[in-house]
Amino acid sequence: MSVDRIYILGVNHKTAPVEIRERLAFTGDPGLPYRELKVIPGCEEFCFLSTCNRVEVIFVSSQGGKTERRIREFLFAGRMSYQEAGKYVYLHQGEAALSHMFRVGAGLDSMVMGEPQILGQLKDAYRNATEQKCTGLVLNRLMHKAFSVAKRIRTETGIGSSAVSISYAAVELAKKIFGNLKHRKVLLVGAGEMAELAAQHLASQGVDEVIVANRTFARAVKMARSFNGSAVAFDELVEELARVDILISSTGAPGLILMKDQVKPMMRKRRNSPLFLIDIAVPRDLDPRLNDLDNVYLYGIDDLQNVVEINRSERDREAVRAERIVTEETLKFTLWLGSIEINPTIIDLRAKVEKLRDAELAKTMANLGNLSDRQRKAVEVLANSLVNKMLHHPIQYLKQEGPVADKRTRIDTVRMLFGLDPDRSSHRDPDSK
Amino acid sequence: MSYLLFQVTLFVYILSTAAYAVYFYSQRKEIRAIARAILVSAGVLHTVYLAARYIEAGHTPLTSHHETVSFFAWSLTWGYLSFHWRYNVRNFGTFVSPLITVLMLIAAFSSREIVPLPPALRSGWLPFHASVAIMANAFLALAFCGGLMYLLQERELKKKRFGLFYSRLPSLEALDALNQHCLAVGFPLLTLGIITGSIWAKQAWGAYWQWDPKETWSLITWFLYAALLHQRFTVGWRGRRAAIMAIIGFSAALFTLWGVTCFMGGVHAYVG
Repeated sequence: MSVDRIYILGVNHKTAPVEIRERLAFTGDPGLPYRELKVIPGCEEFCFLSTCNRVEVIFVSSQGGKTERRIREFLFAGRMSYQEAGKYVYLHQGEAALSHMFRVGAGLDSMVMGEPQILGQLKDAYRNATEQKCTGLVLNRLMHKAFSVAKRIRTETGIGSSAVSISYAAVELAKKIFGNLKHRKVLLVGAGEMAELAAQHLASQGVDEVIVANRTFARAVKMARSFNGSAVAFDELVEELARVDILISSTGAPGLILMKDQVKPMMRKRRNSPLFLIDIAVPRDLDPRLNDLDNVYLYGIDDLQNVVEINRSERDREAVRAERIVTEETLKFTLWLGSIEINPTIIDLRAKVEKLRDAELAKTMANLGNLSDRQRKAVEVLANSLVNKMLHHPIQYLKQEGPVADKRTRIDTVRMLFGLDPDRSSHRDPDSK
Repeated sequence: MSYLLFQVTLFVYILSTAAYAVYFYSQRKEIRAIARAILVSAGVLHTVYLAARYIEAGHTPLTSHHETVSFFAWSLTWGYLSFHWRYNVRNFGTFVSPLITVLMLIAAFSSREIVPLPPALRSGWLPFHASVAIMANAFLALAFCGGLMYLLQERELKKKRFGLFYSRLPSLEALDALNQHCLAVGFPLLTLGIITGSIWAKQAWGAYWQWDPKETWSLITWFLYAALLHQRFTVGWRGRRAAIMAIIGFSAALFTLWGVTCFMGGVHAYVG
């Protein structure tokens, strides 16, 4: 099979802003995409992946462009013209589609490079597709390959181990202090976007509760609702320190809002259990001297940036190794596809020659008249071994390793030489001129 | 024969320390598995050596300096491995294995002569008191290693300079928990060691307590750990302070083991 029949059509956080992705999110009926895509002509195998950052259809089609058009229409459901949608979608074909698939699975294409959630989402997507009987030989193999490539990248490189955004750095540090984040409470002070993102990441690590404090109480209540948490008045901030473990602050206050002397007595109340303070506000919200207190860990935006930088350089090194693995696996997969591509030719070739052998044998046997069983056997063996010996080189020639283009030329040559495609060889047949 | 066995054991311990060091640097799981396997083999060889020594001496081999320190290393090995079975503390082995090796080297340089048992020691209390006391030391040593790891990790987190340890050591919480677990085993053993010692003293010398330097120092050690545990449970002393106390407490325990014998003598002088 030709690798060029594999396509990936999709939008992700890089190609489409969130408003566009929101319009694509398929949250309602989970069976809908399968029913809709299944009936598209030429869509032989497909898998449908939908996460908050991407929507992708991985499909195998022999009608390329036509199928792609129909799938794109389905994705945008008439909300956007084909041309306009073109601004946001990407379409990968052949080897590019394979590498894209592997990169997605390993989290190399994610917003936070190397994040592990995507692999689980991809596995779910594949499970759904198989349950709906939408996959076949090629996609089954490709998806399993994508999982094993992701695993290989995870074990052979350190890509997943380092935090690469401020909020991930905060989570990583929190884990270094508390180990497990379950049963921990987070206090979010102020309403900065970055602080909210950090709180979200912490919440996704399974923290017990998110408490929000804001100058405008109504706003605190609103934010708390998005975390399923509770809101407290700004004046209760210090008192809250007795029960929370992580504080993320990003108010627009002109001066410090929390001093060392305020926190010190709270540590006794906390029975000295560790307190992680994250100050993402500019200008700063938290007294830098807080870091001098025992069991208090204060990190400002620059400190977090440092963690990010350390991780980034490490990650860049690892990314190079990860990309090498992707290239290697893409090549391996293409070779496998190539091998299913030459198989029909080998089968055709064998069938043709064996048919000739049988016909010639029958003729010869008829001419030779009465033969003993031994003689008959000897003639058959002769014919068989001739056929096998004649076929050996053409088959070896087909199976040779090398670029895909060469492989196609070789297949073509063999098919022509042995006249395996009757209509094509006939007009090249010198006698038929 | 047992001499050769001891040397082989020592060599295997050194090998495991080297393997743990390589693991610490490379962080490759296969190497950790190898290091652990080597440590387990060393522990097994060591057990065989102790048994051989028991047969050779005809009494519990806990009376000479060589025997005590070697038993200390043995307890530390199995104490560590038993912890390993319940808790997984990353890179703990890298800190424990060198300590074991150092103890074994000290044992190697002490006289391996088998001394006849003085009359006072001919008692059923010998194996019990001595082994319990040394095992207590082993768990306190584990708490010491945990404390050291805590301080290293805490330092990098506080200074925000992330070096060799930050990514390799476990979370502060895990190290603090380790500290507590080791003390929870070590302290009762220490208490039991002191109690059995005093009962034995009553039988051997007619008095439960005679303020022998070793007795005094073991009491000081006991008070240090008791204070630490008390503070832990009442005001929540944890983290850095607990780690420092675990280190100070272990120094006191070591002083009880060696310092007292070197500098002060007393009724326990035979183990020196």
